[in-house]
Amino acid sequence: MKIVVAIKQVPARDSLLKVNASGAWIDDADLSWEINEPDAYALEAGLQLREAASGEVVVLCAGPERATQTIREALAKGADRAIHIETNEAATDPLVLAKQMAAALESEKPDVILTGLQSDDLGYGQTGVILAEVLGYVHATLVMSIETTGSGIRVKRELEDGWFQNVEMPLPAVLTIQSGAAKLRYATLMGIKKAKSKEIKAVPASAGAAPLVTLERVYFPQKSKKSQIFEGSPQETAAQLVEKLRFEARVL
Amino acid sequence: MSGILVILEQTQGMSIEALAAAQQIASELGQSVFAAIVSNDGQSVAAYKLDKVHAVAHPLLAEYTSDGYKLALKQLIEQHRPSGVLFPHTYQVRDFAPALAASLGRVLVSDVIGHRVENGSLVLVRQLFQGKLNADVRFQGDGPWFASIQAGAFRAENAVKGDASAPVETLTPTLEASQIRTKPLERFRESQRAVDLGAAERIVSVGRGIREQENIALIEDLAKAMGAELAASRPICDNGWLPMERQVGSSGQTVAPKLYVAVGISGAIQHLVGMKGSKTIVAINKDPEAPIFEVADYGIVGDLFQTVPALIEALKK
Repeated sequence: MKIVVAIKQVPARDSLLKVNASGAWIDDADLSWEINEPDAYALEAGLQLREAASGEVVVLCAGPERATQTIREALAKGADRAIHIETNEAATDPLVLAKQMAAALESEKPDVILTGLQSDDLGYGQTGVILAEVLGYVHATLVMSIETTGSGIRVKRELEDGWFQNVEMPLPAVLTIQSGAAKLRYATLMGIKKAKSKEIKAVPASAGAAPLVTLERVYFPQKSKKSQIFEGSPQETAAQLVEKLRFEARVL
Repeated sequence: MSGILVILEQTQGMSIEALAAAQQIASELGQSVFAAIVSNDGQSVAAYKLDKVHAVAHPLLAEYTSDGYKLALKQLIEQHRPSGVLFPHTYQVRDFAPALAASLGRVLVSDVIGHRVENGSLVLVRQLFQGKLNADVRFQGDGPWFASIQAGAFRAENAVKGDASAPVETLTPTLEASQIRTKPLERFRESQRAVDLGAAERIVSVGRGIREQENIALIEDLAKAMGAELAASRPICDNGWLPMERQVGSSGQTVAPKLYVAVGISGAIQHLVGMKGSKTIVAINKDPEAPIFEVADYGIVGDLFQTVPALIEALKK
């Protein structure tokens, strides 16, 4: 089974973000970067699927030069090889990105494409579904687990309000993986060593249509409530909070 | 090509919020509003002020599939050519709407929390970076535009009822069984819910900031000192540190207690939609930019491992 896992490199979760001079994206100069967390779960699902069904795991990642660091980490965890779509465009729309991914996969003919349910930066939550549409593959979102059947796969999907549903489908398919469904593995020392010699094929981003959705301005949200923020030592802030909860909000 | 089409689900709630959004945006753009529902019964929404309700019905749509919904709604949109299409941002919409928009060569703007009309053109607001930043988003090129509305961004009670029932028109799309590639099996729940967080007057909720499972005991002590139920954000339950039944958020329970104390929770939208109706919200977080402070009435910016013990002490006084 050929398994492609589409991953993205995003700013580390606790980054202090700044808006850049254009006002339309963040200043990415002094950030540290990591794999988009939902994609880490997709990679784990891909590695587990290879262990169950044999085959290879190919990492697909669009991003600038620095994305090779995140790609190497995925190879160190056990992916077999990688395709790096070289692009500096950080905030493009998900249809443009899906078309670039489809072009990069043209000669690959994967059986399964996995990706996280959304990215922690743009958060459209759509790239996997649109990629399926562009490739003409069947898809399922919010997937918790994958089993192979004689003719295809059976996946467990998460629905709202604590409900789940099993869905059967033929291959090839695109699945977006729900976070938290499996324990993430760490790269072993041997894995890190092996990753250095694994193939990363760099491909230019295919020239395509202009984005149909553009970010005009990014900014810190205005507070919807007037919050009272207490200052001082832990003892002082705790005492002020308890006072307010007892005598102003009257909820204790 | 004109009018805004709002595509509703049978479970009301968020669908009526999307309907309210469609009415508001349409009135600002000077357009009419049409609703569609995948059902034999369009009457359930015909009481709202709508130019028409399209009931999209076919035996192959009895059970939700992304292929079936995409193909059926594509036909509706091609027949009626609306200028914009709105959805509630539900899990089901997330599953098919991006493909529906892409099949028409368009991009869905997902998870919209606000809007404005500038010189007759629509600007939508959505969140980036787990709610740390907002973005103004604009559509380029031809319509129709597509957008999905986040829970709580518009108020269901602002949805306007009509003087008379809206006309209902049934569309039977052309569908073949072979076009539906997935086979959905029965829906199920994993476990009975023993904890009803919805009934709790006070909730103390813990997030990633707690770092280790053994530190959960500290938050349990705080909950006890406040006479509160213990709850958590998704990552805590995913790690198995607390049972799933204690999860608050879009994939867990929705709560609105008198007091909600969020400890070490940054406040991603998926968590906020589950608790922002709480009467009084307290946030304790080390990151002053954490979106949880946007909905908090009271906040302490600081290390929870110092603040929480001090708080437990202060509650004893």
